[in-house]
This record gives sequence, C-alpha cells and structure tokens, in this order.
Amino acid sequence: MPIFNLQVNGQQQAIDADADMPLLYALRGELGLKGPKFGCGLSQCGACTVILNGNAVRSCILPVSAAVNGEIRTLDGLGTEDSPHPVQAAFIAEEAAQCGYCTNGWMMTAAAALEQDPNRSDAKIRQMLTGLKCRCGTHMAIMRAVRRAADAMALGQPVAGTQVRDYAEVTNEQA
Amino acid sequence: MNKPEFTVNQGRRAFLGKGSALVFACSTSGISILTMNASQAQTLAAEPRAIGPQQLDTWLAFDDNGLVTAFFGKMDMGQGVDTAIAQVVADELDLAVSKVSVVMGDTHRTPNQGGASGSSGVRLGANALRNAAAEARRIFLQRAAQNLDVSVDSLRVDDGVVSVAGNASRQVSYGELIADGFALELDWNGSFGNNLNVTGRAQPKSVSDYRVVGTPVARKDIPGKIMATTEYCAHVSLPGMLHARAVRPPVANQLPVSHDENSIAGITSARAVRIGDFLAVVADTEWAAIKASRELAVTWSQAEAPFPAMDTLFEHIEASPATGDSATGGFGGQPYETAPTLAAIAAAPQQLEATYQVPFQSHARMGPSIGVADVSADSAVIYSDTQKPHDTRSGIARLLGMSDEQVRVVWKPGAGSYGRSDADEAAYEAALLSQYLGQPVRMQWMRHEGHAWDPKAPPCVINCRAGVNNNAIAGWYYHAKGMSGWDVWFNAADPKDTLVGQLTGYEREGRYNFGAPTESYDFPNSVAYWETIAPLQEKASPLRTSHMRAPQEPQIHFAHESFIDEVATATGQDPIALRLRYLNNERERAVLEAVAELSGWQETPAPQGQRSGELLTGRGVALATAFGGFVATVCDVEVEPASGRVWARRFYVAHDCGLIINPQSLRTTIEGNIVQGLSRTLFEEVRFDEQMVRSEDWLSYPILDITDAPERIEIATINRPDLPAGGAGEPSHVTVPAAVANAVFNATGVRLRRLPLSPEYVRQALA
Repeated sequence: MPIFNLQVNGQQQAIDADADMPLLYALRGELGLKGPKFGCGLSQCGACTVILNGNAVRSCILPVSAAVNGEIRTLDGLGTEDSPHPVQAAFIAEEAAQCGYCTNGWMMTAAAALEQDPNRSDAKIRQMLTGLKCRCGTHMAIMRAVRRAADAMALGQPVAGTQVRDYAEVTNEQA
Repeated sequence: MNKPEFTVNQGRRAFLGKGSALVFACSTSGISILTMNASQAQTLAAEPRAIGPQQLDTWLAFDDNGLVTAFFGKMDMGQGVDTAIAQVVADELDLAVSKVSVVMGDTHRTPNQGGASGSSGVRLGANALRNAAAEARRIFLQRAAQNLDVSVDSLRVDDGVVSVAGNASRQVSYGELIADGFALELDWNGSFGNNLNVTGRAQPKSVSDYRVVGTPVARKDIPGKIMATTEYCAHVSLPGMLHARAVRPPVANQLPVSHDENSIAGITSARAVRIGDFLAVVADTEWAAIKASRELAVTWSQAEAPFPAMDTLFEHIEASPATGDSATGGFGGQPYETAPTLAAIAAAPQQLEATYQVPFQSHARMGPSIGVADVSADSAVIYSDTQKPHDTRSGIARLLGMSDEQVRVVWKPGAGSYGRSDADEAAYEAALLSQYLGQPVRMQWMRHEGHAWDPKAPPCVINCRAGVNNNAIAGWYYHAKGMSGWDVWFNAADPKDTLVGQLTGYEREGRYNFGAPTESYDFPNSVAYWETIAPLQEKASPLRTSHMRAPQEPQIHFAHESFIDEVATATGQDPIALRLRYLNNERERAVLEAVAELSGWQETPAPQGQRSGELLTGRGVALATAFGGFVATVCDVEVEPASGRVWARRFYVAHDCGLIINPQSLRTTIEGNIVQGLSRTLFEEVRFDEQMVRSEDWLSYPILDITDAPERIEIATINRPDLPAGGAGEPSHVTVPAAVANAVFNATGVRLRRLPLSPEYVRQALA
C-alpha cells in the first residue's frame, strides 16, 4: 500500500494505507487519536470533524490521499491542558456534553468558524452549526458554550468564569 | 411533608455566579486544566478485585494519601451520575469531593447494581455507597479514638483528617488509618441489581449536615470528553486485534445460504466468517473489513416480505389479536374491568373519544454498536458501552459456554444509549467471533445498522374516552394497544434477546409489557389497561421492540395528557384548572402550580391562537409522574402553516425529584430530556416497506437540528430535602409530546393525534 505523509497537530506522520481510505481511520486507527469519532461514515453527523487548512471537514469521507500536504488539526491538538482553546474552555465551563460522543464535531466546527470570524449573532451561530447531530439533546448547553467562546474570541480575551480546578484529582480512574 | 424549597433558575449566568462563589476555587485570570494521561497505547483492564456486596472493602478503597475510590455497579452516560455518587460518598466521609474517584460498571471490580435503568442511578444506586461510606467513617473514628487514646465523641473529621476537638495537633488521617482495609462485613439484603443494598451500624448523615450534596460540583467526565483524553469503547485496541463487520440481509427476514470468498479475495487479510445464520467479515485493518462487508457476495434465502405496508401499521395494530395485557403481563398483572366504565360513559350526557398513534422510533445512537472481545479457552474479557454490564456478562457467558466468573465485561464510555438500544449487540458478536477465531476482535456496526437494526421503541394506538356530566367527568377510559416493550428484554442477560443469539439458535421469548398512566387523577368510573400484539417478524427482526428512554411513557402520556386537554376544551375549562380539579397527589399539584407561575399561565379554556404574520402561536401543558420524579411542562410554540414547521420556542419545566444532589447536572439533564423529547415529538419515525426498514441514516431518520432547538428552557426545581432523591433521567422527557401537541392545538385549533408532528403532517393537517 502507498505511504501518505500527513501533518497532524503539527507533527509529520507517515500512513500506510489504501488511497481511498477515509482520513478518519488513519487518525483514529493508525495514530490512536481520540478526538474524531466514527458516527456515520456518510458526512451526515459531524462526529468525525477535523480542521484541514483552517476549515472544518468531515474526515469520515475525505480520502487520506486528499489530506496530504494539508495542515490537519484534531480535537486532541486543539488546545492543551495548560492552554485550552477558547471553545474547549467554554464547553468545560458550560458542561456542554452528555455522552460526549458528538462533542468533537460541535467544537471543531465552532473552532474553525470562530477563528475565521468570532463576531456572530445567536442566529448565525445556529446556522454555523446546522447539520451537526447530537442524540443526547445537549443543544442548549452547546449554544451557551459557543456563545461564550465567540464573545471571548471577539474580545481576544480568555473565556471568563472558567474555573481553575485540578481536574487530575476529579477525573475518574480509567479501567 | 415540609414546605418545599422552591428555586427558579432564571438564567445560567446568575446561577453560575452563585455556584462559583460557593463551591469553586475561582480565578478569572487564566485557565489551567489538568487531565489524567489517558493516552494509553493499549487498553489494559485493571486487576480484578473482590466484589462481594457484604464486604465493606468491596465498595471503597483508600490509598495512603487518603484518596478514595468508590466502586459503583452502574454506569453514567453523561448525566453526571458518577459525580453525584462522589458527592454522596464525600459527604458521608467528610472528604473533599475532589478526593473521590468512581469506578463504574466493571464486572470484576464493581458489585452487580444492575446498570442504568429507570432513572435509578442515584435514587437506588447511591444507597449502598452512602451506607458503606457512613460505615467506613464510623470505623475510621473508632480506629482514631484508639490511636489517639480519646473517646469517639471527642473527635472531628475535616477532609479525611480525624482530630481531637479543641486540639487539632492531635490528628490522624484516613490514609494512616486504613491499614489493610476494613475487613468488615455489612448487612446485605441479598439482592443484586437495582435493589441491591447494604447497611452497617452507622447512621448516614441527615440532609442538614450535607455540605457537598446539593451543590453544583463540576462533572468528572467533562474535561476528558472536551480535551479528547477519554477512552471510549470505540478506542479500545488490543494487540493482534481483528476488525469485524457484520453482513446484513437486504430483506429483513432473509438468512444467508452461501457466500463467495472469492468476491473479497482482493482485499488484503479479509475473510468471511459464518456462525449459524450470523455472517461477518474480519480483516487486519478496519478499512479492509468495511470494504469486505460491502463487497462480499452472498446468496440469501428466499423469503416472503415480512412487513405490512408502512401506512397500514396502525390498522395492523388495531386488527391484531392481543398477545398479552395488563391483567397478565408487565410487572405482576393488574386485573381490569371495562364494562362499568363504558356503561358510565354511555350514560353521561356528553361523550368524548379520541385515538392517538405513535410510530416505531429508533434509539439511533450517535455511534452505532461497538464491542471488543478477547476470548481464550477458559476466560474472556469484553469491552462494551452497554448500560448493564453485569447482565451482558451473564448472557455472553452463556453464548460462549462459560461460567459468569470466567467472563469479564468492562464498561467503557460510549454514545448515549437511552434504553435497550443496540449497545449490547456488537459485544456479543465480537465475543462469538473472538472465540471462533482465537484472536481478539473489534466489532463495529455501521450507520445503516445503528438505524435499521437496533431494537425499536414500540409503536401503539391509544384510545381514550370520557363521559362528562355538567362539566364533571363521569367516566374515564384509557386503552393502549401496541407492540411489546419487552419483545427484546431490557437487559442482555440471555442470548435470546440479541440479534446474534437469535441467528445462532436461541429462540426469542414472547414477553409482554406496555403501560398505562399512573398520575393521581381521581376520575370516577375509570379504567386504564393495555394490550400487546405479536412482533412483525418472529426472529432477528430489525423491527423488534424494546425499552427506549422512559419506556412507553412518552407514548402513554402523549395520548393521556392530550386527551385531558381535549376534555378541557370540550367543557370550556382551563387545562391546568381541570387537572388540579382531579389530582390528589400533592407533588403533582405542586409542579403544576409551579409551572403555571413560572410560565405566567393565563387561563385558556379554548384555543387562543395568535396570528403574527405567517406564524400562529400558542401554549400547552402536560404532566408526568415517572421514575420517582414529578414534572409539569409548558411549551410555547410557533406554527408556520405554510411550511408545517413547529418551533417549540420556549419550555417552562417545574421539576420535583426529591432531594437534589447536584443542581447544575440536574438542569442540564432536564434540558437533555426536553430536547431529545422534542426530537421524538417533531421528527422521529422509523420508515419501512414490506421488505425492510428504510430509515438507514440521518437523512431518512431525521432528528432535531440545532436550528429547531428551543430559544429558552426555563426550569423551576423543587427541592425536597426531607425526601429521598428520585429519578431525573426520564420524567421530564415524558411531558414533551403532549405539551407540544397541546400547544399546537392552542395555536391552530387543530388537534394532532399522531407523532411525529412533522412539517409534512402539520402542513397537511392545517391545509
């Protein structure tokens, strides 16, 4: 199989794969990333969203061959523990996830759009997020979180009110 | 009962401000978030431990630094159950909640508390850990008294440090006192599952002594989900693992006759596996397995088309013989007699009747079924996002011919399942394939399987009748007829309740349950009963029916709470006033009165639709009592007759679930209930034809889009510190269909008696 060189979260990665394999399987399978999720494989739900050259794209249908030479960002590399992306800080502050399986799509779509233009009305935010699916019905908290992130980014300020907490202590042990 | 504490959360910001002052160490200067390093190259299950319910050490483990791990035999799917458990444990132990970790749903580390069902996570699940933690504190105090040579009465505990009152320098910590554990037996009630409980000699604290319970502690699961460090079941990767995909028939009841390996010979490492009538492909890579599942040439059996035409579903239900009813099925059986009611209605001067219809709905999880299995000759480890890991363990053990003890199911976070969804199916299939192949197997369903082949919420037809005499109800009749909520049992403790089980020789068992309303309406000459009918296909059906969130209650209350409104309209009475006239449960009355206040309810004895340009506006109300919760909901809608679009613009929810553990998680849980309920009310209907389910993706099974989400959901929580915590995971969900349908009637004067209130249906109804 051919080798594809990808730039993922600032690192060069060589992927040995069929040219038609969707990018998602390289990111989640080969690279072990936990941000993009498999939801539909049909570009209908957004759970697999990554940012490619500044734009939100659905990695479940984008062939890995089409991502070569592009700059790929996933939720895993969107922000760090010390410096989360404003969208991450806002989602944490608003507790804008239930099962969290779709949350990647909302955050990555919002991050790409707000980085391009954070000045958005509530109606524009809804339009920006239309098409993404959430089965748990977390939409109200997501709206609050994206609103909060947009306001902070428009002002160039950190997300206000995010609590400083030692999450290492409160995170549950992983089996 | 004490007067309830009444809180209205008008807005998130005001609420957060209050909460943050109380609970959080706050700084606005920056953000520092530490998440645990979950980026393990491989998943390794932690060491098994003793799980006998009667051992105190089963429930709680302390390390030398006084950090405690609580072992909880249920799971959380994003409503914060684990955080609530940590709050309960922290309070009993006088510990900071940040020092409490919670391990969930591992059959070899946590006792069998049954898993997620009936909104029982806190209302039942917390009891054992509350009692265990109280007993642990008692033992610590006993040991500290000995250690410090004082009486227990002279000791105090502050964040896990026991000290002598008035002489804080004399202290000893839990970490120092734990030694080799407790080695102490509790009184166990002998139950497993939801009702498991243990008690010690210690008396748990009274509510007035709680410091952590009742406060908006930040959810423990959030940072990992947001920072992409949470290891979901889909991320589990084992050395030497094969990737599997199932191959499903194009017609629902077809079985494989033969398949042609040559058709996938060009796909590296791919091969087909057939066990009984279960057909799958496996490969070294996921993409190869996907391609092979699409390309495998299969000859399927000839079969009569199994289903009626979709537009005859409700006629089919009405015409089919009953397989079970409320007198013989369900939880125990409730005899009923219809004749006196029908006679009373016939004798009344005014008679009303209405029939309501609800279609099949799909759990349609965000991520379709996933399971990873490593089966060897004498043991098996299964990773699953099932709601009920201990039950799934028993069923998989039977499938593999092993004892329960040989099979370990490790729960991992997954896509929200909300009932007996497809969650267990892939775990079963992975286990069977792993045993057959002698290698670890990861089975992942594809989208079309998650929609078309998951167990469905049962469709039904509900007939309601009332006799009215001088605006007073003289007779009340409720009759639900539908498919069984138990066609697929509500846990996966037996292979006969799984798709792969039915394809490998386990015959489905006919079991019957639907339901009837249980609110306290004191209608004279009242009867409420249900009947079930046979499934459309006997074996391995994509339209088999099971529990979906608040099982059958949304259907039941759509009909019942709509019909009460119909009676109110027909008799010129306000819908809330009519309800209050007949309700005798104080908590039901209280939520109705609270929602009237919250929403600024004006008496509406008749449709009062306001036309504003192209829009009609109106409001409706509905009540539900379910799973230890009492909820009244008012919905404001805008209806656009030209397009048929219904926008549920605002909701007002009055919610009483007893003692509130975490007001912030409660709020987001209620919001999720309402929005998911709105999706089911406005959009969700499984489409099928005579051959197969045709809802196979998010286009053919639309759910609510964010452009249709409400503008606001206002919530009034009624705290009942004198009552045990009830359920919050389902009750508010139940109110949504009728609240919306009643609002649409109020706006348009047209009564819609079938779900979903899709644009197409509404447009036609208003034409």
